[in-house]
Amino acid sequence: MAETWYEIVVEVLKRHNVSLVTYVPDNVLRPLVAAIEADPFFTAFACTREEEALGINAGAYMGGVRCILLMQTSGFATLPNVLASLSVPFSIPTVMMVSERGTLGEFNIGQSLVARTMRPVLDALSIETHTMTRLDEAEFILDRSLVQAFATMAPVCFILSPLLTGGKVFSK
Amino acid sequence: MAILSNQPVNRDQAKVMNRYDITRRLVGLLHADEAVIGGIGYTNFDLWAASESGSGRRQQNFYMLGSMGLAVPIAMGVAIAQPGRKVFALEGDGSMLMQLGSLCTVAARKQKNLCVVIMDNGAYQITGGQKTMTEQGADIVGIARASGLEQSAWAADEDAFVELVTRSLQEDGPWLIGCRIDAAKPVDTTERDPARIRDNFMKGLGVRA
Repeated sequence: MAETWYEIVVEVLKRHNVSLVTYVPDNVLRPLVAAIEADPFFTAFACTREEEALGINAGAYMGGVRCILLMQTSGFATLPNVLASLSVPFSIPTVMMVSERGTLGEFNIGQSLVARTMRPVLDALSIETHTMTRLDEAEFILDRSLVQAFATMAPVCFILSPLLTGGKVFSK
Repeated sequence: MAILSNQPVNRDQAKVMNRYDITRRLVGLLHADEAVIGGIGYTNFDLWAASESGSGRRQQNFYMLGSMGLAVPIAMGVAIAQPGRKVFALEGDGSMLMQLGSLCTVAARKQKNLCVVIMDNGAYQITGGQKTMTEQGADIVGIARASGLEQSAWAADEDAFVELVTRSLQEDGPWLIGCRIDAAKPVDTTERDPARIRDNFMKGLGVRA
């Protein structure tokens, strides 16, 4: 039985046969990346940029493999062009999971500013977005939204709130 | 890589070829439903033109409409999903310069079934011919080698291009073939219908019926 947010993510990804995981590393995502890399079901690797990872996932989807892209808020901010010119117009179900920086105790002003661009971009592109704050809702949100993304061939973005993950804590 | 030692050592020594001509030669060598990803602009316009034949247009092509620089990543994704199929990325020099990190990723993953073809005219041709960095000293084949893509070479001329593509079809990659091209206009313009492009491509790859 999955007990942590990242165990739930791993379980639901497997249930939906999402087997390719590309990411740009992030501290909050570390236990999820570790769990995925320890599981032979997944092919997982880091990319040099989030755009690159999105392109790989788009190609793999068209080749018959379901994928997810893991990143942090500032990485998402590099994606509007490729979401608007690849994922959305080509109806490619780009699945994104963003660990949310910039809120609830952020200590880096750059992170808190770039974070404010994320939801307006997702809204502007009409991309289904869920902010995940509660452990007891995590399975439901992920399960239903993956069904929807693949059935409607539309991107989806899961924002992992510090309320769910604990976030990155200021330490000097 | 002894056989590659007769290739030009750098960009300056490679013959300037014509994009449509070499794209036609490439397509003519594809007999196993290999996938081809055409980067934005004239690279994919000439892929579109070169893929028309008496029996229709080949289905295993994907034509980007934006997302400049993503031909190599998209091709790599297809190659991961379908390891039994050879996959080509056709990319311009300006586009490749935007996403050089992807060459490192291809090298790190040792993607055996992937071949990158660079169409290098040293210019952002579609926007008015402004110089790219390859016209000012950057050598994409050299960059590729330094990124870990050992099987990277400039095509000395059309015959050498055909020889390199043939090798990439027969032997494990990843491969990168640098092609210097002229400033000729493309022969046709790709149809801009993304849903249809994606659906055709997925049918061509056997993912959809």
